[in-house]
Amino acid sequence: MSEMWTAKLRNKWQKNLPIEKLLPDDQPAYVVSWIYVFGVLTLAALAMIILSGIILAFEGPAWYHISDTGLFVNSLHFWSVQMFFVFMVVHLWGKYWMAAWRGNRFRTWATGAVAFVASIATAFTGYLVQTNFDSQWISFEAKDGFNAMGIGAFFNVTNLGQMLLLHVAFLPLLLGVITVIHVLMVRRRGVVPPIDAEPLLSGVER
Amino acid sequence: MTFSKEAKHAFDAAPWAGKTKRYDIVKEGSIAVALVAIAAIVLSLVMGSPDEKPLTFKGWAVSNADNFYVTAVQEIAGTSGSATYGGPYNKASDGLNVGPFWLQKWAGVTHPIDTVNEFVIAPLSTQVMSTEIASALATWKAASDSQKQTWAATYDDAITKADGKLADVAAGAYGPVPALAQGLTDMAKGGALDAALLSQGGFFQTDNTKQILFFGDGSYLDDAGTTANLQGGTWGMMNETGRYPGQAWLWLYSFWYQIPPFNNEESKPIGANADAYIMVLMGLLSLGLILIPVIPGIKSLPMRIPIHRGIWRQYYDANGIKRRKK
Ligand code: HEM
Repeated sequence: MSEMWTAKLRNKWQKNLPIEKLLPDDQPAYVVSWIYVFGVLTLAALAMIILSGIILAFEGPAWYHISDTGLFVNSLHFWSVQMFFVFMVVHLWGKYWMAAWRGNRFRTWATGAVAFVASIATAFTGYLVQTNFDSQWISFEAKDGFNAMGIGAFFNVTNLGQMLLLHVAFLPLLLGVITVIHVLMVRRRGVVPPIDAEPLLSGVER
Repeated sequence: MTFSKEAKHAFDAAPWAGKTKRYDIVKEGSIAVALVAIAAIVLSLVMGSPDEKPLTFKGWAVSNADNFYVTAVQEIAGTSGSATYGGPYNKASDGLNVGPFWLQKWAGVTHPIDTVNEFVIAPLSTQVMSTEIASALATWKAASDSQKQTWAATYDDAITKADGKLADVAAGAYGPVPALAQGLTDMAKGGALDAALLSQGGFFQTDNTKQILFFGDGSYLDDAGTTANLQGGTWGMMNETGRYPGQAWLWLYSFWYQIPPFNNEESKPIGANADAYIMVLMGLLSLGLILIPVIPGIKSLPMRIPIHRGIWRQYYDANGIKRRKK
């Protein structure tokens, strides 16, 4: 039985991330700070980005140039992205000053950092597919950096079709998967204890 | 009380054994989504979002016909930015390098661009045209390659000598080149060039590479970028059209373009290859961000500078935990 891959996976999952850990109804007493809100806010902004993006995708890339509703949905998308980055950067700095990678949480930090880079790539392709003056300018300027590294040979920023597909399919999927892994890792390890909280070790109940 | 590194690690890694409190993460998440949604709606209603119309070849040829004409001649003579670019468009140059790494060249020509034929001859050929231009086109098509090159280069040189002032260009043996450039200028003025460049005689087309490259060869796009404050040398990478925030998260990427040697094209090897060096640098810095938890010095800064005292103040105060010197 336990030789089965399925059973192994289930046992490992059950051990590392039981539902009580995934959806806990309590948290350590030190989880009281406004900084903890920023991870969740980043997640919320990402949800708004995806939602508004799906509406934009249904109407096609030129919709918002000609429709007021389209422009509004585009604005939702735009501002959600701006908020997403603000929240994420505050989150990042917060986790840095908390040294939140302590206690086997390196991979939580690393997936977060990869999410940051992936977000920049996703946003960048978004700027390229605006089909307006800004995207003309950005694609002309940005091609040089990618071409200089040989990346332009297969990632062509002046190819609207390619950028549009990457922006609405591959990159958000990638970012989504990284984000899910990131959050599951937080749940698995639990929230990192405060720096200098070790007196607990000496038997002093905190 | 002091604790060994191992003891601290074990403590940080162990499941929390101290006090807990009720915490409703699903409720917290729902409230966060609601707040962000409200903020996005308010910002969208009040501020809207940037959407400046794209520029067109028509706009270029109408507002600055001479510059368009001169650029067309450069495309024919093979002296434009696109024609002399190198990979991935052609082999006219080796492109940039980082030390012994000529990645641009090595990646090859994956998006071949033939400026004479694709930017000028093919679009012109789609048009119903005056007999003068039709015959110029026929003469061009019938001529040998070396003859074409001689005509175009002679004319391009003459224009350069006249500082781009077309009225001052001396008469010479330019063959059909002036008529072709004029034909293309007229075509652009009429508004037919944008679509012809994109479609290249086909039906479906989703790749704007040719349009964008030709467009950037003249001064029209560049001037518009300057006016909109988008030039890379002045932090333009982070800017947005109109009064909107741009890609502020690119500040570090943009930063390098503001300082020597990156901002000096004359400085070798780095300034002359700034696009490549900055890419490499940002790649390394991104890797550095991922690896912060294992980088000596940087990883222990948070213990030395007690910002965490502020973050966890309530907990520290409630439990009388003093800061321990590091
Ligand atoms: C897509 C972007 C991101 C999302 C949606 C996200 C989401 C979250 C959430 C919901 C949490 C738990 C709540 C909290 O502690 O705030 C968290 C924790 C964490 N995040 Fe992120 N995050 C993102 C990016 C990042 C980045 C860029 C970093 C740092 C490079 C990072 C590092 C961490 C760390 C180390 C923790 C664990 C904190 C702990 O154990 O106390 N995250 N993240």
